[in-house]
Amino acid sequence: MRAGCARSRVPEEPARGAALGQGRKGGLKNHMEVVPRLRQRQNSTAAVGERDQEASFGKRPILLWLLRTRGYYELATPGGGAGHAPRGGSHTQSATSRPAPRGTPPPPSLHPRDPPSPTGACAAVRPRPFTLQPWSPAAKMAAPSVFWGAAVSYRLFLGGRVSLALRQGVWKAAAAELQILRLRHTTGVTAKKNVAALRRETYTVDFIKKQIEEFNIGKRHLANMMGEDPETFTQDDIDRAIAYLFPSGLFEKQARPIMKHPEQIFPKQRAIQWGEDGRPFHFLFYTGKQSYYSLMHEAYGKLLDVEKRQNQLQAKGLFSEKTKTKDLIGSRWLIKEELEEMLVEKLSDQDYAQFIRLLERLLTVECSAEEEEFVQRFRRSVTVQSRKQLIEPLQYDGQGMAFSTSEGKRKSAKAEAIVYEHGSGRIKVNGIDYLLYFPVTQDREQLMFPFHFLDRLGKHDVTCTVSGGGRSSQAGAIRLAMAKALCSFVTEEEVEWMRQAGLLTADPRVRERKKPGQEGARRKFTWKKR
Amino acid sequence: MAPAASVSRLLGAGVCAGPLRPRLLQSATPGRARPSGRTLASAATPAVREPEGSIDLNDRILNEPLKHSDFFNVKELFSVRSLFDARVHLGHKAGCRHRFMEPYIFGSRLDQDIIDLEQTAAHLWLALNFTAHVAYRKGIILFVGRNRQFSHLIETTARDCGEYAHTRYFKGGLLTNAPLLLGPKVRLPDLIIFLHTLNNVFEPHVAVRDAAKMQIPTVGIVDTNCNPCLITYPVPGNDDSPPSVHLFCRLFQTIINRAKQKRRHMEALYRLQGQEGPGARGGGPAHPPSLGAYPGDRSSPLPEESGSHACP
Repeated sequence: MRAGCARSRVPEEPARGAALGQGRKGGLKNHMEVVPRLRQRQNSTAAVGERDQEASFGKRPILLWLLRTRGYYELATPGGGAGHAPRGGSHTQSATSRPAPRGTPPPPSLHPRDPPSPTGACAAVRPRPFTLQPWSPAAKMAAPSVFWGAAVSYRLFLGGRVSLALRQGVWKAAAAELQILRLRHTTGVTAKKNVAALRRETYTVDFIKKQIEEFNIGKRHLANMMGEDPETFTQDDIDRAIAYLFPSGLFEKQARPIMKHPEQIFPKQRAIQWGEDGRPFHFLFYTGKQSYYSLMHEAYGKLLDVEKRQNQLQAKGLFSEKTKTKDLIGSRWLIKEELEEMLVEKLSDQDYAQFIRLLERLLTVECSAEEEEFVQRFRRSVTVQSRKQLIEPLQYDGQGMAFSTSEGKRKSAKAEAIVYEHGSGRIKVNGIDYLLYFPVTQDREQLMFPFHFLDRLGKHDVTCTVSGGGRSSQAGAIRLAMAKALCSFVTEEEVEWMRQAGLLTADPRVRERKKPGQEGARRKFTWKKR
Repeated sequence: MAPAASVSRLLGAGVCAGPLRPRLLQSATPGRARPSGRTLASAATPAVREPEGSIDLNDRILNEPLKHSDFFNVKELFSVRSLFDARVHLGHKAGCRHRFMEPYIFGSRLDQDIIDLEQTAAHLWLALNFTAHVAYRKGIILFVGRNRQFSHLIETTARDCGEYAHTRYFKGGLLTNAPLLLGPKVRLPDLIIFLHTLNNVFEPHVAVRDAAKMQIPTVGIVDTNCNPCLITYPVPGNDDSPPSVHLFCRLFQTIINRAKQKRRHMEALYRLQGQEGPGARGGGPAHPPSLGAYPGDRSSPLPEESGSHACP
């Protein structure tokens, strides 16, 4: 983590130490001592560090530009900057202490609750010309506009439902002049726990609309930057572009930068439920749970319709007792959370159970297409794991010889085997005869096992490729691959026998990690009485 | 006529329609800006003329129905015979009888209480008339009932009239703590109609007491096992048989739709007359709707005072 820039090591320890020491005391007053120290260090190593960083980004100029404008590291000359108070912040690291490409987007330099101060942010900067080299040969030389910069930058928050209303002002103001931001070294100042922020944020309709507009503009700019067509830039493309431009080493997927449509980010909220005269819009408004009860009302209405239709048919004598069994295996009912999300309303468990019971009752009676469609709205598909062994299809090579290909894995070894229908029992592993590739008898026995089990020892030729693992793992991987490939030449009963013998199951055992405080995975240190 | 006599007796006994009216007037029309002396003084001259004219118009629209005893022609909607055919007179067993329902009970046959339909008709007339007036003044009407057999019907009725229904579990502070449960500036119902006064465990519905607390007038179908005390316009009748409940729902739906239609007609009429100039006439009472039109109103602005007393 500390590789890369030379100057990162120098100010890191004392700065952090200072931060820790002073931050604990409520360190807002102490930051002034920290900042000058930083500047002195940076004076000497500024050129070197800069060059180092640029060298590491040489292949990714766009990233470099973005990092510069987003203020990952300081490039302003010392002395010219006004002392800018680092007002609280969630991070105690300075930008210089971590190499930028592996870091997350920088935290907003100002406290979220403070008003944006464009003058303060850009007080110490000097404008720097930059060149944007083409990322791909076909890319246009579009200089991304600052507006996009603002749009993208503030989109890149860490996953969760954070209030953007305050941050976006900061980012826009800061990036508007396309100048290099000065990163403030935030010490260990902890922000006061703001009780008001714990309340759920309400977003106005105008705010959401504005967010959507900005997202669309930002999407187009991103497409331009990546050299793609803005019209056909899908969400997958956006995700890939952001992952490329802002690679994050964080394990938690939700903590990585994302850029999604505002409707997926901001929780859905209810607008005001009544008009100017005070009359509510929905006829079940006074129940408190209008969406849920109207859904129940609708479902029950459909049930009554179906029963009425059946009664009419029965009266005419046309009623047929056939009950068609619907195939419900590949789908499941909506879970309570999904239903709550759909209705934008809180439900209790009993409410949910009641609703599902009503839908199931609707399914038991014979209903028309309309009712079926209504019920299907509340079912989600589920990937069904079939118990049947997947049998590879037979292929035919140039000579008309049938063969079957399959893959197998064991520990870290991966193998692919091609079993020919007619042969004399020759096995070639990576182009080498198996006798020479596996000198140990045990490994060759493993290779023999599938054929021996099916009494087809000298009847098939095998060509396989294997990589990774050790000798035993490779043998096991090839064995699995061969057994799977053999399924195509063999009856279903024999496939079932093979499955029961364990030939078709991948061995899930992997090396268990060593734990701290123990000598190995299981072995403990020698216990000494005294 | 006996119903008319009982109606006048009931009115004389202080079935409170009077004291509630001013409050209803205020609550039913919250959106309209009544200019007080302050606004009149401070508003500019051209702006003053318009609100004055419209308020005058509005006042006339609102006061017109009050000049007639049966402006919405409620009488022709039902008769004692139709109530009898709908089995409204059938009460519960004598053991379930509520003490306060004794005045409304005609007698008991084979231990089953029979409700006096003459009284029912009178009470029903009052209730429907009141409902019509509330609907005419664009009040919010809430249908409440907790019998699961008729829950769907009541909700459908409410939706078809353009009003509101609550036939589900009634949360405790819904009326008394409405700003917290429903929203900060919610408007409460101006009338609550109970199709069933009891809840699922045969206890008085919480909304009866809460409506009385919040001074919301109530109309309620009270069976022989119900307590009619806190209900403003009780209507003794059967609330358990399907034909009876269907009849009541139909009656309420019809009268509400009629009242709203009448309001639209009056507004159109007064707007036209306002455009034509002063000296406009008020519209007559509701005629039985043949095709939903009131031929007497627009075409011939003749004094319709005599028409109000003419029974169809």
